Amino acid sequence: MAETITLETIDYVSILAKLKLTPEETEQARGDMQKLLDYVEKLNELDTDGVEPMTHLFPYGNVFREDTVTNQEARTEMLANAPKTKDGQYLVPKTIE
Amino acid sequence: MRKQYETIIGLEVHVELATKTKIFCGCPTAFGGAPNTHTCPVCTGMPGALPVLNRQVVEFALAVGLAAHCGIHQYCRFDRKNYFYPDNPQNYQISQLYLPICHDGYVEIDTGSGPKKIRIHEIHMEEDAGKLIHDEWEDSSLVDYNRSGVPLLEIVSEPDMRSADEVVAYLEKLRKMIQYLGASDCKLQEGSMRADVNLSIREAGQTEFGTRTEMKNLNSFKAIRRAIENEQERQAELLEAGKPVIQETRRWDDNKEASRAMRSKEDAKDYRYFPDPDLPPVLIADEWIQKVKDRMPEFQEEKAARYVRDYQLSPYDAGLLTESRTIARIFEETAALSGKPKKAANWLTGETLRLLREKNMEPEALDFSPAHLAALIDLADSGTVNNQVAKKVFEKIFEDDVEPEAYVEAHGLKSVSDTGALEDAARKVLEANADAAEQYRQGKEKILGFLIGQLMRETKGQADPALAGEILKKLITLPPAE
Amino acid sequence: MTQKTIAATALSREIREHKRSVRETALETLKNIQTLDVSVGAFLTVLPEEELLAKADAIQKKIDDGTLTGPLAGVPVAVKDNICTKNLRTTCASKILETFVPPYSATAVEQLEAAGALIVGKTNMDEFAMGSTTETSAFLQTRNPWNLEHVPGGSSGGSCAAVAAKEVPLALGSDTGGSIRQPSAFCGVTGIKPTYGTVSRYGLIAYASSLDQIGPVAQNVSDCAALLEAIAGHDPKDATSLQRQDCQFSAACVQDVKGMKIGIPEAYLQEGLDEDIREAILKAADTFRALGAQVETFPLPLTEYAIPAYYLIASAEASSNLARFDGVKYGYRAPEGEGLHEMYKRSRSQGFGPEVKRRIMLGSFVLSAGYYDAYYLKALRTRALIRESYTKAFRTYDLLLAPAYPTTAPKLGVSLEDPLKMYLGDIHTVSVNLAGLPAISVPCGFDRQGLPIGMQLIGDAFAEKTLIRAAYTFEQAADVLAAAPAGKED
Repeated sequence: MAETITLETIDYVSILAKLKLTPEETEQARGDMQKLLDYVEKLNELDTDGVEPMTHLFPYGNVFREDTVTNQEARTEMLANAPKTKDGQYLVPKTIE
Repeated sequence: MRKQYETIIGLEVHVELATKTKIFCGCPTAFGGAPNTHTCPVCTGMPGALPVLNRQVVEFALAVGLAAHCGIHQYCRFDRKNYFYPDNPQNYQISQLYLPICHDGYVEIDTGSGPKKIRIHEIHMEEDAGKLIHDEWEDSSLVDYNRSGVPLLEIVSEPDMRSADEVVAYLEKLRKMIQYLGASDCKLQEGSMRADVNLSIREAGQTEFGTRTEMKNLNSFKAIRRAIENEQERQAELLEAGKPVIQETRRWDDNKEASRAMRSKEDAKDYRYFPDPDLPPVLIADEWIQKVKDRMPEFQEEKAARYVRDYQLSPYDAGLLTESRTIARIFEETAALSGKPKKAANWLTGETLRLLREKNMEPEALDFSPAHLAALIDLADSGTVNNQVAKKVFEKIFEDDVEPEAYVEAHGLKSVSDTGALEDAARKVLEANADAAEQYRQGKEKILGFLIGQLMRETKGQADPALAGEILKKLITLPPAE
Repeated sequence: MTQKTIAATALSREIREHKRSVRETALETLKNIQTLDVSVGAFLTVLPEEELLAKADAIQKKIDDGTLTGPLAGVPVAVKDNICTKNLRTTCASKILETFVPPYSATAVEQLEAAGALIVGKTNMDEFAMGSTTETSAFLQTRNPWNLEHVPGGSSGGSCAAVAAKEVPLALGSDTGGSIRQPSAFCGVTGIKPTYGTVSRYGLIAYASSLDQIGPVAQNVSDCAALLEAIAGHDPKDATSLQRQDCQFSAACVQDVKGMKIGIPEAYLQEGLDEDIREAILKAADTFRALGAQVETFPLPLTEYAIPAYYLIASAEASSNLARFDGVKYGYRAPEGEGLHEMYKRSRSQGFGPEVKRRIMLGSFVLSAGYYDAYYLKALRTRALIRESYTKAFRTYDLLLAPAYPTTAPKLGVSLEDPLKMYLGDIHTVSVNLAGLPAISVPCGFDRQGLPIGMQLIGDAFAEKTLIRAAYTFEQAADVLAAAPAGKED
C-alpha cells in the first residue's frame, strides 16, 4: 500500500514548495497526491535491484568552459524585470537574521 | 562539583577559489564592482539559463584534495540543494552531496603533545550565494548577485579537534596549504575563507558523541576562539542544569561575544537534494590526477627545512620566509641572483615584514623584482652605499620597484669614499666643533660619535661611517696646520 | 479557415527567386493571424507590424546581397512561449511570468534568426508545458483548427494549431512527455521530438530538464527536417548538448524504406486505444509493407511503467526548476504582507495555476526526506530499464511504429477534471523522453468525426535521418491530408 498522505504531510510539503493552500485546496491536494502515489506504487512490481539510477542519458565526457571572462556588464538588463529594485539591487521584504 | 567535559569539534570550511570567472558562467569574480554589475542570466537565475562548469574549479579542487591526502571520486556529480532564500537566485544551490570530488583525507597539525592528524571527510565544489544587506529606510533587504556563483570549496573535517588551539592550527594549516596552491587567498576577514564550527561536548571518558550545534559567522581566528570557548561553556551549563543541548545552527555576534539560535519555522531543513540534470558528471582520469600531482608545489614545511639545510638559515627565519609563498619566491630568486642567501633573508624578514606591517599590506601584494633586491645587496656589500642609504633605497624598491644603481646614481647617494672630499668636510666639522675636538684630545673618546654624526650630516649621509671615524681621528690628532 | 499559405520550403524558394518579397510574406502572415487567430487562439504575442516589417526588410537585404541563401530565409516562424526571445515577452502561459521580457534569446531562436527566419510571435501552451490540451494556459483557449470545439492537444497546442490553421508554415514546440507529438497528431501536422541533446535547451524555460527538448512543427516532413536542421547543433551554453556531425536532415528526405525493419510494440495496440486509431496504424503498417519495409508486432516490455516513472521524475525536476519563480528577480510579486516567506508563498500561489501547483507539490514530496529512494531513485532505475528495453528493440528494428495518443482530440473542457486520467493518455509518448530517443509524429488518417490521427515513428538515439526518411516516404505515398474529410475546407 502506498504511503498515506495526511493533511499534515500536505502542510509540510507546502512549506517546502512555498505554496499557500486554502483548506479546500489542501484537502484537494491530499486527495490528488494520494491518488497519484497509489498509482505510482505500480513501480514496486518491478525488480530494480542492482540497477544504476539513470541520472544522465548519455556519456557526455567532460563538459567544461574555460576560465575566461566572457560576460559584459549588463546590470540594467538583468534588473529590468525585477518587481522592485533600489540602487541597482533587488528589493525584497526584510530577511530576518 | 562540576563534571569534566571533553569538547569535540568538526569544521566546515568554505574557501572561495581564485578563478577569474564564476563556477557556471563567464562573469568575473573580481571584488569591488557596483552591485549586480558582475551578473548574467545564469548567475541571476533567469528562466532558461543553464550552468556550464568552469574547468579551473575542478583543477583547484583536485589540487586541494590531493594536497590533503584525499581520495578522488573519479566519477563525481553535482546535486541541487533546494531551499528558498533571496541570496540564492535559483532557490537551489548547485553543490555536491552524493559524489563529492574528494573524500577521506587528512592534514597534520602540530599540537602541544606532538603532531596530530585531522581527518577530512570530504571536499566538494559548490556555488556561493549573493549578498544581502538590510535597508533601514525601506525596512527591506537588498540583493546583490555579484558573489552569486563564485566558486567555493567546502572542506568538511571529521570531529577530530578537541580545542580552539587545534581548530586554529588546522585552519592555519589549510590556509597555508591552499595559498601555496594558489587556489584561494583565504582571507577570513574578507570572507574568502569561512569556517562553521560544529561543536559538542561529552563527559570525559565517554565514547558517545553529544548533540552538536553549528556556529556560523566567524570572521577571524579571534572570533573562532571566543565562540568555541563560549559554546563549550554554554553547553556545559545546559548539561549541568539537566537541560538538553538542542541540535541547531547558531550565529556568533562578535560585538556581544555571544551566539544565538538561527531558527525559523519556515526553514524546514529538508533540502531535497537530487542530481542536477543540467550538469553531466565530471570524469577524472588517472592522467589528470597525475598531472595535478606533478604540479604540486613544495609546501611550507618542506621548503623551510630546505632553507635550513641548504642556506644554513635559522629555523625561525626559514619559518618567516615560508609564511607566504610570495616571500619565499622572492627570497629564493634573490638568493640565487646575489649568491648571498643570508643577506637576502635579512632583507625579507626584517625590512620587508616591517614595511608590510607599517603599510598594512598582505605579502601576496609584494611585486618588486628580486633582481633589484639582489643589486641592492651588492651595492651595500661593496660599500657603494651605507646601511642607512640602503634602507632608504630598499623602501623605494618596495614601493616602486626602482632599479637601485640608477636610483643611487640619480639621487647622488653613493657613499663618499673619496678621502680628499671627506677630509675637507671633516676639517669643516672640526672647525665648527673645536670644543668637541678638544674634549676628544683630552681623552673623552665617546665624543667621536657626535663628531661622526656631524660629518654624516655634512655629507648628507653619504659618508661611510667607519671611514668618517678614521679620518676624524687622524685629523684631530694631527698637529694644527701652519 | 481558408488560407493559402504554402509550405515553408516552397515559400522560401519563391522568396529567393524574387517571386515574392519577405515584406509581402510578413504582411500576409499578419493578415492570416488577424483573420484566423480570433477563432483558433494560437498566439499569445504577435510582433507589432512595424517591428516585423523592419525585420522582414533586413532579411530581404541579406537575401538580396547573397548573405542568406538557406531554406528558412524569409520564412515566418512561430515560437512556443516557453522559449526565450530577447525583448519579446515570454510567459510560459503563466500569470507568474505575465510581464517577463527576456534579456536574451534561446540558442534555438538565435539559430533561427541566423538562418533568416522571420519570428512573428509566441504561441499558447499549457502553463509551463504541464498539460495535454493547452487548457492549463492562464491566458487563452486555443482551439483545434479541424474542429473548434476540440482541443489542439498540448502542451505545444498553440504552435501546432498555428501551423494546422496555416497562420504560419513553421513553429517551434517543446516536448517533455509528448508535447510536440501529441498536439501534432491532434492537429494533423508533423512534429519531431529530437534525440535529447540535439537542440540546445539554453533559453528553453525548463519544466523537466532531463526530458525537455525543443523541436520543429510543420505542415510536412521536409519542412520539419529543414527547421530541425537549422536549430540542431552543439551549444557550449548547454552542457547536455551533444556534438553531432550528422545534422543534414533535409538530405534525409528520400523516398526509400525498402528493407527497413519496423516493429509495432504490441502493448501500444491494446486496451484503451481508439478503434479508428488502431485501424489507421495498421493501415499505415500496410502502406510501409507496400513500400518494401518489413513490419511486425513485437512485445516491448515495461511500457506500463513509463507513466509512473515519468511523472515522478518530471515532477521532481519541475519542483526544483520552478523554485526560481518567487517574485524577487522577475515576474509576478503578490502585494506584500508579512515578510519574505509570506511574499514567496503568496506570489507563487497566486502566480501558478492548479496543474503546476499539483506537480510542484508532488515533486517536492517525492524528493523530501525519507522518500527520495522509494520514489525518485526507483523512478530513475525504472528509467534505466526502459532505456535498455528500447536498446534491445533497436537491435532488431530500425524503427518503431506507434500511435501518438490513444484518442483523437477531445472536446474542450472535459480533460482537466481527472488529472490522473489525463496523465494516463501519455502512454505512447513519455517513454521516448525517458529514453532520450527521437520520434516523429506524422498524420496517418482521420477518425469518424473527421479529426486527424497521428502516428509516431520512434528511432534509436541519433536516428533522426531514418525517421525522416521513413516519414517522408510514407507522406509522399499515402498523401493523407489530401484525403481530408469534407468539413475541413482547404
